[in-house]
Amino acid sequence: MADPLTSSTTPAAMTGIPTSRAPASTLPDGYGPRSRWLDRRLPVISLLRREYVVYPTPRNLNYLWNFGALATVALAMLILTGIFLAIAYTPTAAGAFASVEAIDRQVGSGWVIRSTHMAGASMVFAALYVHTFRSLYYGSYKEPREVLWLTGMLLLVMMMVTAFAGYVLPWGQMSYWGASVVSGAISSLPGIGHPLAVWLQGGDTIGDVTLHRYYALHFVLGFLILGAVVLHVVALHVTGSSNPLGIEVKGPQDTLPFHPYYTSKDAIGVVLFLIAFAVLVFYLPGWLTQPDNYIEANPYSTPADITPEWYFAPFYAVLRAVPSQLGGLLLSAGSVLVLFAVPWLDTSPVHSARFRPLYRIAMMLLVVAFLLLLACGLHRPAGIWLALSRIATLYWFLHFLVLLPLLGGIETPLKLPDSIGRPVLPPRQATISTAGAGLPMPDGAMAQRMEND
Amino acid sequence: MRPPTHLACKSFLAAGVLAALLGGRAEAQQLQALPVPPQDWSFRGATGRFDYASVQRGFAVYSQVCASCHSLRQMTYGDLSSLGLDADQLHDIAASQPVPAGTDAAGNVVLRAATPGDHFRLPYANEAAARAANAGALPPDQSRLAGTIQGGPSFIQAYLTGFRDTPSSVTLGPGMHYNIYVPGNAIAMPDVLHDAHVRYTDGTRATTPQMAHDVSNFLAWVAQPHLEERHRLGIRVLVYLTLLLVLVAVLKRRVWASVRI
Repeated sequence: MADPLTSSTTPAAMTGIPTSRAPASTLPDGYGPRSRWLDRRLPVISLLRREYVVYPTPRNLNYLWNFGALATVALAMLILTGIFLAIAYTPTAAGAFASVEAIDRQVGSGWVIRSTHMAGASMVFAALYVHTFRSLYYGSYKEPREVLWLTGMLLLVMMMVTAFAGYVLPWGQMSYWGASVVSGAISSLPGIGHPLAVWLQGGDTIGDVTLHRYYALHFVLGFLILGAVVLHVVALHVTGSSNPLGIEVKGPQDTLPFHPYYTSKDAIGVVLFLIAFAVLVFYLPGWLTQPDNYIEANPYSTPADITPEWYFAPFYAVLRAVPSQLGGLLLSAGSVLVLFAVPWLDTSPVHSARFRPLYRIAMMLLVVAFLLLLACGLHRPAGIWLALSRIATLYWFLHFLVLLPLLGGIETPLKLPDSIGRPVLPPRQATISTAGAGLPMPDGAMAQRMEND
Repeated sequence: MRPPTHLACKSFLAAGVLAALLGGRAEAQQLQALPVPPQDWSFRGATGRFDYASVQRGFAVYSQVCASCHSLRQMTYGDLSSLGLDADQLHDIAASQPVPAGTDAAGNVVLRAATPGDHFRLPYANEAAARAANAGALPPDQSRLAGTIQGGPSFIQAYLTGFRDTPSSVTLGPGMHYNIYVPGNAIAMPDVLHDAHVRYTDGTRATTPQMAHDVSNFLAWVAQPHLEERHRLGIRVLVYLTLLLVLVAVLKRRVWASVRI
């Protein structure tokens, strides 16, 4: 650090960097002159260090906290493979199906890129659903993380729109008739429904213009999602991660630096996730897809069953649980939109379901309801499946609109631990970290987060 | 009659799809389709491989029999290279097929010999021509048929050997044929495979069941041409990821060793 040109304490006159602003670079010792040179001009190194190296993370995160990272990995795969698919794809009613066949048959490595893209959609939704249910179970949406939750729900909706638009692109039978079901549902809105459907599909019928629009929508949304992920991560790093106990971090004794602790823990999750991904791509390519989508779209031949991809099945089941088309649409949209209101519907100050005996049961029932709806969406809405889809739909709304507001008042939560570090650390370690760590904290200290970087 | 089984149910559906594709009209009296005999295909399972000798013979059956009515529009002649055919053979196969090459100065359609880059020649100029030649039925394209049809290659094989003389108790509509594996036992497609109908160059006897088996193998390959490559690459990826998992697990244990949770 003797070199005057590279030392972080160099006067501004010698480096040419104005002093009117506080120096953005806060790199500690151990970084070379080039890193310091760059970081004083664009603080990318110190930013990454702050957010992904020293970022203080609750020490008690379990493997359910991997799923955000897993969704990001799947999204990255989707965007990378999507760019290559876009190069070879033709967005016209006459050429789309053949261009997808050509990608599969004649384009070099096209089959593996397309198969990865298809499986990627399933993997990203699987990760997102676990991620969302984890947040619901541990109350991760509660103060001060409401905006973090809202950005996450925005991401979920964007992902759904993108997946729907993407599914239309191969122009198979399910693409066409799936688009037709959605158009029909939108048309059922009073007043604006028909004009909205016509505007979306660019005409009275689903055709060339629709395909062009959905292609542009699919492509652009992929990158907008990337932007929304940045918002989500920024919001996360403002409040810090939630944790299974649902109590706030009270000091350095409660946290571990993100690297190497959670980078190594996430790495295990990522590799396991990639193994599941690879099994899907290489050994079960037809497991989660509809074979009918390899029959070219034919407006004159309705398939016997219009089945959605599994990740839309729960919402499709809600759509069909109601005899009225408009009612089905409103409930189906409502079943997603109600999630946005969750931070304000939940009246309990306790975050984690571990300390909420009634909410815990309600949450388990919610997961069962979701899985039931998933199964119902893949079967004809008749007999037992129709009955089950109605019961599950009822519970879905009951949970969010009735149980969440009520439970806060009637439930007696279990006693919360004093801190994350205290109940788990041996006394010796807990008492040496900070003076107050061994003592019960006043309530006001709960929301404070230590800035130890 | 054997009692209806799960397979019977599947083949019933399969035949329904086929009948619908072929535009066939099922008889009002729904005659029971026989269950499709299960087949032990070599390409099944995680290590499945194609029996390429059979797939190649199946190509002979396709090009000498099926191709006169059924298109294979997503395939190029060059795609056959992964069947084990060399460049000369591909060139010869393609060159024997006349494909449209625009028009001459007078507006007449000109034909030229195909090249390996060309897609398979279509048997009919358009759908109307195909229907007109087949009593109103449209022979389905076969590019993905083995994947989209219920029952898959096993159904195709059974179906091709399922044609019988129409029993006296059954009256078929005009242009329909009797097949024990389709619902209503009626289908627009005639019985096309007859013993020694196709000449096999490898000495295999071209019996009807043999040809049905070979062409079903061929159509299974056509529907999933990268199956073997997919299985091979998958093993490598999984071995790599498993080793990585071990390393990452060791790393995580070491990193967390000093942390009491």
